Amino acid sequence: MIRILRQIFRTGIVTEPLSTEIIPEVEEVGIRLEEAVRKRFRGSLAIRQVDAGSCNGCELEIHAINNPIYNCERFGIHFTASPRFADMLLVTGPVTHNMEIALRRTYNATPPPKIVVAVGDCGCNGGIFGESYASLGGIDKVIPVNVLIHGCPPTPVALLQGILKAIE
Amino acid sequence: MSVLTDAITSALGTDVQFDNRQRPSSVICCTVPVEKFAEAAWVLKKKAFALLAAEWASDETPFGRGFCVFACYRWGKEYLIVKSELPSDNPQFPSLTRRYLPAYRFERQIQSLMGITPVGHPDSRPWIKFEDWPEDAWPLRKSFDASKPMPRVAGEYEWIKAEGEGVYEIPVGPVHAGIIEPGHFRFQAVGEDIINLEERLGYVHKGIEKKFESLLWEEGYRLAGRVSGDTTVAHSLAYCMALESMTGRCDLQPSCNVPERANWLRAIFLERERIANHLGDIGAICNDAAFAFMLYQMSRLKEMILRTNHKLFGHRFMMDKVIPGGVVVDIDSEGKKEILSELDSISKDFEKLVVIYDESPSLEDRVRDTGVLRPEIARELCVVGIAARASGLNLDCRIFNPFPPYDQYDRIELGVPVLITGDVHARTWVRVQETRESIRIIRYMLENLPDGEIASTFNPPSPGIYGFAAVEGWRGEIIYWLQSGPKGEINRCMVRDPSSVNWLGLEQAIPGNIVPDFPLCNKSFNQSYSGHDL
Repeated sequence: MIRILRQIFRTGIVTEPLSTEIIPEVEEVGIRLEEAVRKRFRGSLAIRQVDAGSCNGCELEIHAINNPIYNCERFGIHFTASPRFADMLLVTGPVTHNMEIALRRTYNATPPPKIVVAVGDCGCNGGIFGESYASLGGIDKVIPVNVLIHGCPPTPVALLQGILKAIE
Repeated sequence: MSVLTDAITSALGTDVQFDNRQRPSSVICCTVPVEKFAEAAWVLKKKAFALLAAEWASDETPFGRGFCVFACYRWGKEYLIVKSELPSDNPQFPSLTRRYLPAYRFERQIQSLMGITPVGHPDSRPWIKFEDWPEDAWPLRKSFDASKPMPRVAGEYEWIKAEGEGVYEIPVGPVHAGIIEPGHFRFQAVGEDIINLEERLGYVHKGIEKKFESLLWEEGYRLAGRVSGDTTVAHSLAYCMALESMTGRCDLQPSCNVPERANWLRAIFLERERIANHLGDIGAICNDAAFAFMLYQMSRLKEMILRTNHKLFGHRFMMDKVIPGGVVVDIDSEGKKEILSELDSISKDFEKLVVIYDESPSLEDRVRDTGVLRPEIARELCVVGIAARASGLNLDCRIFNPFPPYDQYDRIELGVPVLITGDVHARTWVRVQETRESIRIIRYMLENLPDGEIASTFNPPSPGIYGFAAVEGWRGEIIYWLQSGPKGEINRCMVRDPSSVNWLGLEQAIPGNIVPDFPLCNKSFNQSYSGHDL
């Protein structure tokens, strides 16, 4: 136990203060995110992530915004296990033929008003996989999309910016 | 001659014809009559104790022939590909499933996507192909038009059922609770005890193998880098090495015309990818045992690796940095210093965390004796990578089938951890040891990096030949097999992610555990869905 405590205190708080973030825009993004989440979602934005066919690259970066350095929970953003509690669907793509029905069901299970954010180049337009017998292309081919986040995969900063754009 | 070719030629005699179209020359390909296809498997298993690495089929109609079915066997450092030719009408071959368990899914996949029947296969349900696909949709056949969307038809998938007093069923997925890929798991349970787990995968089937056939050789590495996003370096490396084996000036060694410096840089990228994923996994395994402290500490270390990657190589996961003929980014002396000091600080914290892992009895209670994959079952299933090394199988392509620069044993000495308990702890501990080894050899490689070019010019391969490469990604052995068509185009690209075999291992490790331990067991395997579904 003493080792655990020592490691925790020695590591200290690694969450980056907004002003020293590698990309200067984030200084603003964080403050505005917190503000928007507080005003429009009473301080708590619940996101349900859906992988509709991604290669797992986008999932890694969505994991990263939860790590102690980006720490998205400080802005009031948290990921929920059920679409029933979600305000926003964060969907990675391309939508595969085999995931289309599951994606529609998840969308229908999310209570309105709901925001859909398409993540990654594949989520935006099918990316390298394009449209084929197995891939339907971007998320908007199946459910209505509010905001696109480009990148292969988008960086954690780009993800935070995209989420902000969707709720502002 | 080698053990595998000796075994097959002494048993089948003149029925075995060697095929000189296979590259590199260290990989042997031989043709046997289709009625001897299963006999060859039996001989290789009984006499040479070979493991089945992959099984696939190709459509050879562009050459004016029917189909071919292939099985790739591994023993020690040897790979042997056994091939049989099939007619274009009613193609079928004898199933290997009763001899080699991993053939169970390979053959269902061949039947579903290529429309070739494995005769004697115990399970005729489709795999990856869902029940709502048209029956005659065989996307890997040349006659299939992949550009059109498929209509949906009515159909039903038959699940394995368990009956009895108190037996109940838990369906999970495809959309899971966490931030993970989609797949369906169906548990049969009594109380908290799981008596059977059945997986259903294929949800993220994007038609990758078919897509390769529409690309140019020099474009393929980008698609290979997106087969499984967490293994982007290893997949694009395996694709490039298979391609280079077909185009090299000499075919004795794969990628022999790739500059020495490029080979070393590729290995540095590969080991960095291994460290990043292992750090993330160790944290996530502990988190699934409610030890969240470790998740936050480890994900901090992982983020350090990703940021250095971004700064030095321009991408957090080093996507598209390995290309046919070499790499696209170099390391300068500043970069070297940066990586060395980053590794120092990671290594210092990592060792402290390992002590904490080792000395937390409540954590130990969860990870030991949980999700046991027994060594004899692991061998029957021919599992690879971390799962194999945690269950007593000493397999690692970097040592047993070394590709450059790992073939310089005297310079790059690599220790491979092998444990025999096969539980969650063993799979975690293999990762701990491998992280240490990777840090050590990256340091060595940086200090001894050869000078020279980082890429050579790439020439497309000649028509009608095969290429092969096996690379040890962080999950395990990745295999690519390429075939050039009559005009020198890509006729077939077979991708075998380690998950293609290891998913069967998870299914066998679960019965006997309690339902709440499933996430922990699953995370300790951490298979790729996308790499399996393709």
